[in-house]
Amino acid sequence: MRCFIGIDLGSTTTKAMVLDENCVVLGRGITNSRSNYDIASEVAKQEAIVNTRLNLMRRALGRLDALEGRVDAFLGRLERDFRLEQFLEQLADLERTCRERVSGDRFAGLEGATTEALAEVFRRLRDEAPAMFAPGAKRRSDFFRDIAGSRYLAVGETVAKEAGLSFDLMLNVYDRAIIEVENRIVGDTMQATVTRALDRALAAMPDLASAADEVRAEIAGALAVELEETYVIGTGYGRARLPFSKEHIRSEILCHGLGAHIMCPETRTVLDIGGQDTKAIQVDADGIVESFQMNDRCAAGCGRYLGYIADEMNVGLHELGPMAMKATRSVRINSTCTVFAGAELRDRLALGEKREDILAGLHRAIILRAMSLLSRSGGIRDQFTFTGGVANNEAAVRALEDLVRENYGDVTLNINPDSIFTGALGAATFARRAVAS
Amino acid sequence: MTSKQATARTVQKEESMLRQKAMIADNFTRLSRAKEEGRKVASTFVPGNLNELLMCFDFARNFPEINSLQLGMRKKTGRLIMEAERAGHSEDVCTYVKSDLGMMAQGNIGPTGEPLPKPDVLLLSYTGCFTFMKWFELVREQYGSETIMLHVPYQGDGVITENMRDYVVTQLKDEVIPALERISGVKFDIDRLREYMRESAKAEEDLVWVLQSAKNKPSPIDAYFGAVYYVGPIFSAFRGTPEATDYYRVLRGEIEERLRLGLGPITPEGEMGEERYRLVVEGPPNWTSFRDFWKMFYSEGAVVVASTYAKVGGVYDFGFRHDPDHPIESLAEYCLGCYTNLNLPTRADMLARYIEDYEADGLLINSIKSCNSFGAGQLLLLREVEGRTGKPGAFIETDLVDPRYFSAANVKNRLESYFQMIDQKKGRATATEGAAA
Repeated sequence: MRCFIGIDLGSTTTKAMVLDENCVVLGRGITNSRSNYDIASEVAKQEAIVNTRLNLMRRALGRLDALEGRVDAFLGRLERDFRLEQFLEQLADLERTCRERVSGDRFAGLEGATTEALAEVFRRLRDEAPAMFAPGAKRRSDFFRDIAGSRYLAVGETVAKEAGLSFDLMLNVYDRAIIEVENRIVGDTMQATVTRALDRALAAMPDLASAADEVRAEIAGALAVELEETYVIGTGYGRARLPFSKEHIRSEILCHGLGAHIMCPETRTVLDIGGQDTKAIQVDADGIVESFQMNDRCAAGCGRYLGYIADEMNVGLHELGPMAMKATRSVRINSTCTVFAGAELRDRLALGEKREDILAGLHRAIILRAMSLLSRSGGIRDQFTFTGGVANNEAAVRALEDLVRENYGDVTLNINPDSIFTGALGAATFARRAVAS
Repeated sequence: MTSKQATARTVQKEESMLRQKAMIADNFTRLSRAKEEGRKVASTFVPGNLNELLMCFDFARNFPEINSLQLGMRKKTGRLIMEAERAGHSEDVCTYVKSDLGMMAQGNIGPTGEPLPKPDVLLLSYTGCFTFMKWFELVREQYGSETIMLHVPYQGDGVITENMRDYVVTQLKDEVIPALERISGVKFDIDRLREYMRESAKAEEDLVWVLQSAKNKPSPIDAYFGAVYYVGPIFSAFRGTPEATDYYRVLRGEIEERLRLGLGPITPEGEMGEERYRLVVEGPPNWTSFRDFWKMFYSEGAVVVASTYAKVGGVYDFGFRHDPDHPIESLAEYCLGCYTNLNLPTRADMLARYIEDYEADGLLINSIKSCNSFGAGQLLLLREVEGRTGKPGAFIETDLVDPRYFSAANVKNRLESYFQMIDQKKGRATATEGAAA
């Protein structure tokens, strides 16, 4: 099967999208950019391929009478088990690497105790892992570093205390190991991982026992489909780091313009708020960019700003929007300087303002800055599409809706649930077109 | 062989380049020796300067903006700007000014390492830039130099009226010339002025020919990055001298030869590759990263075919020449006609005309953080020119000589996006033509 792949290397996350030759989306993948773009693009692509395989499985299983009405439930289970298996593979790698790092003067005489403590930490992490991937379980992030890191810190502290060991030692090995692990492609072949996940899923769904052979056969078939990487296009902030030749690289402005057009063909204005830049783009009826404006070297008011705020408040990035939605009023914030984000927040708290009201103000401030870029690019035309990670934030969206209404009247605002993949979709479409032309 | 050696071998230094470099260096030497040689020194600004008139009184001519930009190209302005900021000049002040003030504070050592003299007179002949006035106020405070201010009315209605010309002529006759006579101790001789102007007109004729050679495809010159070298002599201490006349004759000869051979411009790394994009550029260049900035263009095959910055001293495109038969009136017209003294509709006309006449692919604006003379209204210009020509425009932001305000990644990102945007538009135009055929 010919596949056309777009990879969007953002400053925070790297996204990949796989299209077939009819430009139908086969799969999507996302990972954190971890300041190693080569690995990030490889991981994102692998994730998109995994997603493609899962979609091929969906198609194949849809043909089975035995699974009628239960394909989604089964695949949901299978995917969660697959993610669990992947997590366990990386966890094993992390454990191995941590153990190797128990060396040097500071561990003198404590090697044995530290290694034992590590074994205990990882045992507990393995034990609690299935619950994290159980149906309905909420994870703060889907990235290994975030999940494993936060749990290692919590469990590690307890274990260190129980063992009468300094937590600093545990932290030291972890800090050195995680960078290595994160920058390494690990794990078995997809086939082996899926097989283990399939065993888990079938065991958890005994009512499918009679159809198990058929299911295994269809899944094996889906895994056997050859996915040919016909053409790959890279885009995004880190695109220059991609190991691609120049013709395989496109500006993210063009990719976001085209991606938004593919998602919503009536789009004429696109706002993309990414990790460290904000872009206002005007496109024509074919998705061709007519003009654009973006922030200068200052990343004030970009996604990273929200990241710092979340860190400052010690909450997950995706928790900010819901918190801000509880506001009863919006505190006026004039500075969206990313560097001073924490100071701005603390100042307002010191003045006695409520957290949610401050957050509502911060979201409005970001959008106000975006409004200025939009005006500079030529204003907002109908239809208006909002893309990038910040488009997933309901408080940012609400602020945007209010400001668009105040300034431009009734304009259709499109936010695709997959808006984070807009750049990757544009890139994949360019990949398809490159071969077509 | 290392790549550096390879580059060094391929870079050609044409005679005009060597001459230009020597002329600019000579002027710094002349300035450094002015006092010991008993010559009086005049400081004046580039736009609409009265170089021929100052020569009539044997003044050595010092151009503070040239000093700042030359310091910027030699990467010396960062610390000078910080010196000025320490002295209380804020972040928003024109960085030419701060570089100059920092230089004065550190012993007034010019770009070539030679000391610059205390000016005997500060001649302000272009008042459209309010900053110039404040700049000379600060220099006057430092040195107590005498100041002559020629008030040049703004071309608010887009024309030079008889009244405006008379007003400037009267000031020249009644104020400027008597003051220069008094300060220099040299009697004004109008025939001497006429003689200089004859030389000016010859040089201007050749310069215009050179700049207009960019109408050819491929263009034998870069009318922005290359042209800043070409305009050096004529916009500074050399207009009216036989040296300048010779320089432009030699330059024209070289460009004629390039044209005959069908060559494109010379870049710092040798001959430019295939011409892929033809651009009109508005706004001054960035000087601290001049080479890197230029490379972002020529490495993509982008050549600037016309720029307004190459007209910053005076606009010759539309027929103006210094006129020895009407010397004072001609000086007045030169002051009145400099680029930043034109109103926005005239600038829009000029830019749109450049796009048409030079068959450019679009307009690029380099907006300078600390220069309001150029910056005000640039977005309006962009929209207007895009609307009139149907050619795409783009906007980048840098600074004159503050190295902190040049973000290579940001500028490159925007430029690449712009070039790809042009490709897309061209691609569609070709497709449409193909379909029509």
